[in-house]
Amino acid sequence: MEKAEMGKTLLEIRNLRVSVDGKQILKGLSLSVRPGQVHAIMGPNGSGKSTLAHVLSGREGYDVTGGEISYCGKDLLALKAEDRAREGIFLAFQYPVEIPGVNNMYFLRTAVNAVRSHRGEAELDAMDFLSFAKAKMEKLGMNKNLTSRSVNEGFSGGEKKRNEVFQMSVLEPKLAILDETDSGLDIDALKTVAEGVNALRAPDRAFLVITHYQRLLDYIVPDVVHVLAGGQIVKSGDKNLALELEERGYEWVDRGETEAGKGRVQG
Amino acid sequence: MKIMTHDKIEELTKKEYKYGFHTNIESDSLGKGLTEETIRLISGKKNEPEFLLEWRLRAFEHWKTLSEPTWQYVKFNAVDYQDIVYYSAPKSQKDGPKSLNEVDPELRKMFDKLGISLHEQQRLTGVAVDAVVDSVSVATTFKEKLAEVGVIFCSFSEAVKRHPELVKKYLGTVVPYTDNFFAALNSAVFSDGSFVFIPKGVRCPMELSTYFRINAAETGQFERTLIVAEEDSYVSYLEGCTAPMRDENQLHAAVVELVAMDRAEIKYSTVQNWYPGDENGKGGIYNFVTKRGKCKGVASKISWTQVETGSAVTWKYPSVILQGDNSVGEFYSVALTNNCQQADTGTKMIHLGKNTRSTILSKGISAGRGQNAYRGLVKIQKNAAGARNYTQCDSLLLGDRCGAHTFPYIEAKNKTAQVEHEATTSKISDAQIFYCKQRGISEEDAVSMIVNGFCKDVFQKLPMEFAVEAQALLGVSLEGAVG
Repeated sequence: MEKAEMGKTLLEIRNLRVSVDGKQILKGLSLSVRPGQVHAIMGPNGSGKSTLAHVLSGREGYDVTGGEISYCGKDLLALKAEDRAREGIFLAFQYPVEIPGVNNMYFLRTAVNAVRSHRGEAELDAMDFLSFAKAKMEKLGMNKNLTSRSVNEGFSGGEKKRNEVFQMSVLEPKLAILDETDSGLDIDALKTVAEGVNALRAPDRAFLVITHYQRLLDYIVPDVVHVLAGGQIVKSGDKNLALELEERGYEWVDRGETEAGKGRVQG
Repeated sequence: MKIMTHDKIEELTKKEYKYGFHTNIESDSLGKGLTEETIRLISGKKNEPEFLLEWRLRAFEHWKTLSEPTWQYVKFNAVDYQDIVYYSAPKSQKDGPKSLNEVDPELRKMFDKLGISLHEQQRLTGVAVDAVVDSVSVATTFKEKLAEVGVIFCSFSEAVKRHPELVKKYLGTVVPYTDNFFAALNSAVFSDGSFVFIPKGVRCPMELSTYFRINAAETGQFERTLIVAEEDSYVSYLEGCTAPMRDENQLHAAVVELVAMDRAEIKYSTVQNWYPGDENGKGGIYNFVTKRGKCKGVASKISWTQVETGSAVTWKYPSVILQGDNSVGEFYSVALTNNCQQADTGTKMIHLGKNTRSTILSKGISAGRGQNAYRGLVKIQKNAAGARNYTQCDSLLLGDRCGAHTFPYIEAKNKTAQVEHEATTSKISDAQIFYCKQRGISEEDAVSMIVNGFCKDVFQKLPMEFAVEAQALLGVSLEGAVG
């Protein structure tokens, strides 16, 4: 963290080891993300992709047994989940949770105001928030009825994912983690979600796109692609790595795990 | 779904009771104990007519033959009925205030502290308030304005003096003193309460509200409310209540009777926040209340909405007798038990008339070591052709030391009746809490938000300003329930 080049790094993960219920999932994962970049994390089922997303966002039930994570120069692991969110980490959930009876806009306003008061800014009242949020909705082409519904309740799979992107656009994070955002989406919904994400790409914002399939990366074009296997990043490269992976399958990297693991590419 | 851990719940369920202050007001009280003499004294202090004294004495004789009910799902220390003061009144109010300006300044301060202004001119909400402290009504606002349209809104004692014929006609017609142990006790010793009469065709121009406050120690509160809505009239009525924090348990045994004539509608809302006792279950109010409405006329409607967050023990079943054809009964309830609170609450819908309809929506929330029971009876009598009932009963658990219990009773004696019952039990999941936290919302706010969402359908039934109050109250009652 004291290194001079850290000023340019948004997220620095060093040798992260994580276990769940005594089982080692991440076995020395390292990753460095700079503002403005889009990193894709690909890997077979059970490789630890979602574990990484949850550990970064502060979900309980994960034991960090080694390594460190620096975010904006701070020790991320020392922050509570809500403080990480207030500091600009956003997780687009693989399975967005339904909260019956809680209005979607009320929920989001509470979140925005929690972030604002954390930054020492004045809270937005209902009217100000609504006009702010509506502008974002129009930009994303969201359905207006979103304002009157409960958080994710009765939403289709596509609507849930779009709602995540909408929340992301309103909360304006520094680091957005997309956890298998493509799962369960048909091609049209996938395109819409990807367009939403692309519209949010900015020089001061980084994305960590976690996905099993290359398909999503046709629409959200990454700067760096990492392959996660066996709890480690075994291969990194540019967007072509994803295409190659698609062609040759994960067995290709699984076989070359040890060798490839040494040849990490810094993003 | 994972459930929240112990310490989180522990932290979450700690809270302060905000209304626990005590006001120093001199009071005029009877000694402890209950005999025929006590009843004669109460009746004498209030210069009551003979019929009422006789009614009280009959109730007392009957009460002596009864014993406390034991079927409810609550446990509490036996009440020593001879160790209670049955009458206590703020002293300076002996002759009753002639106007609001004469209300004891200490009392006025107390109500200001509670956020209830008795100063009519300062009230923006347009709610008429009757304030009852310990056993007597101390002030009723907006009386004159209501009188212009013929609405009577006054203390029960005043109604006995000024409208004895109305009291005599309706008293005990919905809840007879023979109904149950606590109703009999109330009938014998009740000292005040509110009286409302809405004449034919009048839509009451403002919300009516009674505010109950127990102040004196070792005193029971036994108020009685009677609301009569004549043909084609409408009234919305709200009651609220608080009490000081005391180590001993105090008894509150009220009776509420509602009568709705042809096409009349009564909407009765309660925000009950009696002192619940401390986190170890010491002290708190025993809230043993009988509330019942009678839809006497055709197409009449009675709707109960209650938000119950207070009291150590609650025993309460606001009910509707659907006598008139096409009449409608509704019961919307949120009951929260935290720490050591216990509630056995629900409703009875008695369908007598044809095409009568009833809706029951009950939301029970249990936290800490709280025990929450829904008990409901839907009874369709032989002549109630085409009767319909829909019941939905949802329970939400916070933590693993609390309990939710459901006791639905259905008796249908007419083949054309349709009765539906739905019940769910759920827990606040870790996934929901984490989702909120990941958006920057604190755990405490997340729980409050989720619980409020769970109760939304009931809160929507409350008058606007009270819905806001109820939501805030729920937040306070859960404070400390998350860390």
